[in-house]
Amino acid sequence: MQKTYKKYFAIFALPTLIAFIIAFLAPFVIGIVLSFCNFTTIVDAQFTGLDNYIKIFQTDEFINAFIFTVKFTIVSVVTINVLAFALAYALTRGIKGTNLFRTVFFMPNLIGGIVLGYIWQILINGVLAKFGVTITADATYGFWGLVILMNWQMIGYMMIIYIAGIQNISNDVMEAAKIDGAGKWQTLWKITIPMVMPSITICLFLTLTNSFKLFDQNLALTAGAPGKATEMLGLNIYSTFYGRVGWEGAGQAKAVIFFLVVAAIALTQLYLTRRKEVEN
Amino acid sequence: MSKKTKSNDAAMAMDSGMEISKKTSTILSVVLAILAVLFLIPILLVLMNSFKGKLYISDAPFTFPTAKTFAGIGNFIEGVTKTGFLSAFGYSLFITVASVAAIVLFTSMTAWWITRVKGKFTNALYYLFVFAMIVPFQMVMFPMVKIANMLYLDNPVGIVLIYLGFGAGLSVFMFCGFVKSIPVSLEEAAMIDGCNPIQIFFQIIWPILKPTAITVAILNAMWVWNDYLLPYLVLGTEYKTIPIAVQYLQGGYGSIDMGAMMAVLVLAVIPIIVFYMSCQKYIIKGVAAGAVKG
Repeated sequence: MQKTYKKYFAIFALPTLIAFIIAFLAPFVIGIVLSFCNFTTIVDAQFTGLDNYIKIFQTDEFINAFIFTVKFTIVSVVTINVLAFALAYALTRGIKGTNLFRTVFFMPNLIGGIVLGYIWQILINGVLAKFGVTITADATYGFWGLVILMNWQMIGYMMIIYIAGIQNISNDVMEAAKIDGAGKWQTLWKITIPMVMPSITICLFLTLTNSFKLFDQNLALTAGAPGKATEMLGLNIYSTFYGRVGWEGAGQAKAVIFFLVVAAIALTQLYLTRRKEVEN
Repeated sequence: MSKKTKSNDAAMAMDSGMEISKKTSTILSVVLAILAVLFLIPILLVLMNSFKGKLYISDAPFTFPTAKTFAGIGNFIEGVTKTGFLSAFGYSLFITVASVAAIVLFTSMTAWWITRVKGKFTNALYYLFVFAMIVPFQMVMFPMVKIANMLYLDNPVGIVLIYLGFGAGLSVFMFCGFVKSIPVSLEEAAMIDGCNPIQIFFQIIWPILKPTAITVAILNAMWVWNDYLLPYLVLGTEYKTIPIAVQYLQGGYGSIDMGAMMAVLVLAVIPIIVFYMSCQKYIIKGVAAGAVKG
């Protein structure tokens, strides 16, 4: 059977493979090569060794974007997961209107980053207008604006995953805990949380990578203002590529570092939380 | 409906093996109701302001429109003409539907093929697709746009190929996870009956794959419909999708027309709400299922 299947490569695998090479594989390889080159279009690339990598650390701009991104990611990941888990826990207690609540909490997730960014810009500016400032007056406003926006968008998504996890816990385990006289908090810490570890793994993965890679919301909410104080890595790379002539190589070098950091974070996190998962 | 909801809620509580007292339940309901209202406020606020004259929006965003500030549908007319919203909606719809269809069809075929044909090549392909999932867009952005321009893919039809390629990682991965659980014996029987692999895939495998296909379709639809940077860089402003149209309104010179902005935001959210209301069941299931496999 394998042999027969093999002959059908051109029909089954080739279309995806061609698209994959054009949109991902070739750009990825070219991207790595270009990060060691000086170029404005691809064809005029000249090898310059590590110049690009040295160049991006000569100013604080990239480091600042990096620090801002890390801070934002930590705060967002913690708040989103705690709140989403709390909501999921509340919505699996059998209270009235569970479905309606779930529908409402999930909805913001479907709205795209650009639209979300402007919706929140208007809301936050409306509140700040009472104090005579706007969101771009201070980086602190932009930071918390982004955190609130991200919470609003991601809580519902993570809540759905946590609900599925909590519902997966078998009744027997819960019954046994009850018979053994475990209290509510004990059950939560000793049974529910360890049992939903697979959900925690996936939620941490999604919130970590999405927060770290955030672009659209950042562009729409503050566009990095004031100055570049609320610019995250994604936006910083974008403006290096398209906002500064002669910095294309530096932009590509930043992108390579960005990729390496995202990959390292994702793999480390998956490794660490997978170890904590227990058999259900 | 209330009856159905009730039994669902009760079933949920039983699943988690924890019921709570009536009093706690009431308090919880009230807290959740307040939270739900807070969740809806941003959208309602934009809706309310979309009917106000543009000069009144930033001054008093939290008041209802009055006789003086009410602008009727003026903002909507202005927003639609300024951004070319109708064509943006058309482009968004076409690109999303075509890309999702291409992704679901081609990546399911590929996933089945690389799972069934065992060897170094298919193994390597599988890991390449998995690898693609964690690479951020900025990494491939610049070369990808140049290649798209060189190959004349910088139009609403060509971008479908780009989406297929860039979306292949996650979709192939999800389909592979499911194909592995389908017993090969089904296919062996069909082959003895004289089916070729194309018939086997579409007549036997495809019907079994349907639930996964719906999940893959929903996750990709959410991504493509809302995507901004990829279509903006590939298509430019010649073919504006909805996110590009919204950003375009902001990017113009001078101060932004807040009225038009509100109206366009409302119009951008409506299709999403309609979509959500009509396939909510699939969306929520799809998200939960997608997460388990991811």
